[in-house]
Amino acid sequence: MYDSSDLRKGLKIVIDGEPYIITEFEFSKPGKGQALYRCKLKNMLTGYTMDRTYRSGDKFEPANLNEVKMQFLYKDGDGYHFMNMTTYEQIDMTEEQVGEAKNFLKENMEVSLLFFDETPISIDLPNFVELEVVDAPPGVKGDTATGATKPATLETGYTLQVPLFIEEGDILKIDTRTGQYVERKKK
Amino acid sequence: MVRAIRAFFDSLGYVELFTPTLTRAPAPEPYIDPFGVEGGLYLITSPELNIKRIMAETGLRKVYQIGPVFRRGERGRVHNPEFLMLEWYTIGTTYMDLMEQCEALFDYVSGELEISFGRGPYGEKVSLSPPFLRLSVKEAFKRFCDRHPDPFESFDPVVFDRAMVDAIEPALSRHDAPVFLYDWPRERASLSKLKEGELCVAERVELYGGGLELGNGFTELTDPLEQAKRFQGMMRERLAMGKEELPWPQDFLDSLKDLPPCAGMAFGIDRFLMLLTGAREIADVLTYPVERA
Repeated sequence: MYDSSDLRKGLKIVIDGEPYIITEFEFSKPGKGQALYRCKLKNMLTGYTMDRTYRSGDKFEPANLNEVKMQFLYKDGDGYHFMNMTTYEQIDMTEEQVGEAKNFLKENMEVSLLFFDETPISIDLPNFVELEVVDAPPGVKGDTATGATKPATLETGYTLQVPLFIEEGDILKIDTRTGQYVERKKK
Repeated sequence: MVRAIRAFFDSLGYVELFTPTLTRAPAPEPYIDPFGVEGGLYLITSPELNIKRIMAETGLRKVYQIGPVFRRGERGRVHNPEFLMLEWYTIGTTYMDLMEQCEALFDYVSGELEISFGRGPYGEKVSLSPPFLRLSVKEAFKRFCDRHPDPFESFDPVVFDRAMVDAIEPALSRHDAPVFLYDWPRERASLSKLKEGELCVAERVELYGGGLELGNGFTELTDPLEQAKRFQGMMRERLAMGKEELPWPQDFLDSLKDLPPCAGMAFGIDRFLMLLTGAREIADVLTYPVERA
């Protein structure tokens, strides 16, 4: 258990059964009064943020979070399927749980899954992934100014802006943190 | 800055004291915890008890002390467990005089350092020229959190502290000059005199500037019996919270009967320096905060 004096930015605790991370923290002590610990907390499942003020003597359960290396197997109507690379155990995540990461998940890709107890709560992708272009209509004729872009769709169904020279079948390097095109790997 | 503070008090005929930093009996406060060291000794959380004792025993009428004080468990943006405290006491004055003395001190020090305005840790500009705003605790509750019950009718320590931290302190931090918050509930004044005819009110004043609590003072309680009763109450509160019992300050109580009516102020020098320099956190004005000390 944590005590209120352990509270600090970045600490992960359980409130009403859900994991929260402290995003802002301030120690206050009004004149001759008791110590108060003011926290801004972010729910790690929903992203919802809230303010809470705690007192000396309050106790907190540490959020039991584990990172596990997993391989993405495939996606079907039931969701996204992953395999633990040490135990070969399989787990499933819904599209909602996968979130933005669905744009970049490719079969056999290695990712880190963050678990709260037994529940997977987020996916940590490699910073860069390579994905194939499945659709890239030619750019508008005459639009050749430097930096001009056109939309392209990748094998995951994700659509992004790419340079005009990109064609169907190209392999692109994508930054998963920004979702943006980095470079063309090969034709 | 410390030189300017000394010059201010020296010019007014105050005597500088060096009372002990190690004590056998720190002031029993429910929410201030001393560091205990070997041999039944504690580091002082304030030099108050020793200063009042020496005044009672020697007849000194105007004294000040600058030195470190220590409070366990206090670390945050504007807290460090060791900090530099200025305290001054004047026979024959009340907390009303303290407010004027604070204004004169600010005026003198900022003049010596040629600083025309300060800045709070959240960036607000704060004028340093007197007069400062004077606001009673009752008025502050009415003005900034009128949905709270009157703390002078029913005092709940949790409700009171939250109102202070969530509503009143933020409101005061937006004021463009320092603010004296005065006339506190008696529950929040273990060593101060109560107001004549208004026994739920303590003659206590806190000075705020730019959201920083800079100083705390009061018309001193000089009645040994009443003081002993208050200490008993504070000890009970400590025990009820599961805190350790502190030694009974009998030497202090014995000398209190010889202390003439007076008022004294405790003033955080590091926080004052924060205000004058616009520092964002106390670590910025310390040579080393506790983690690196």
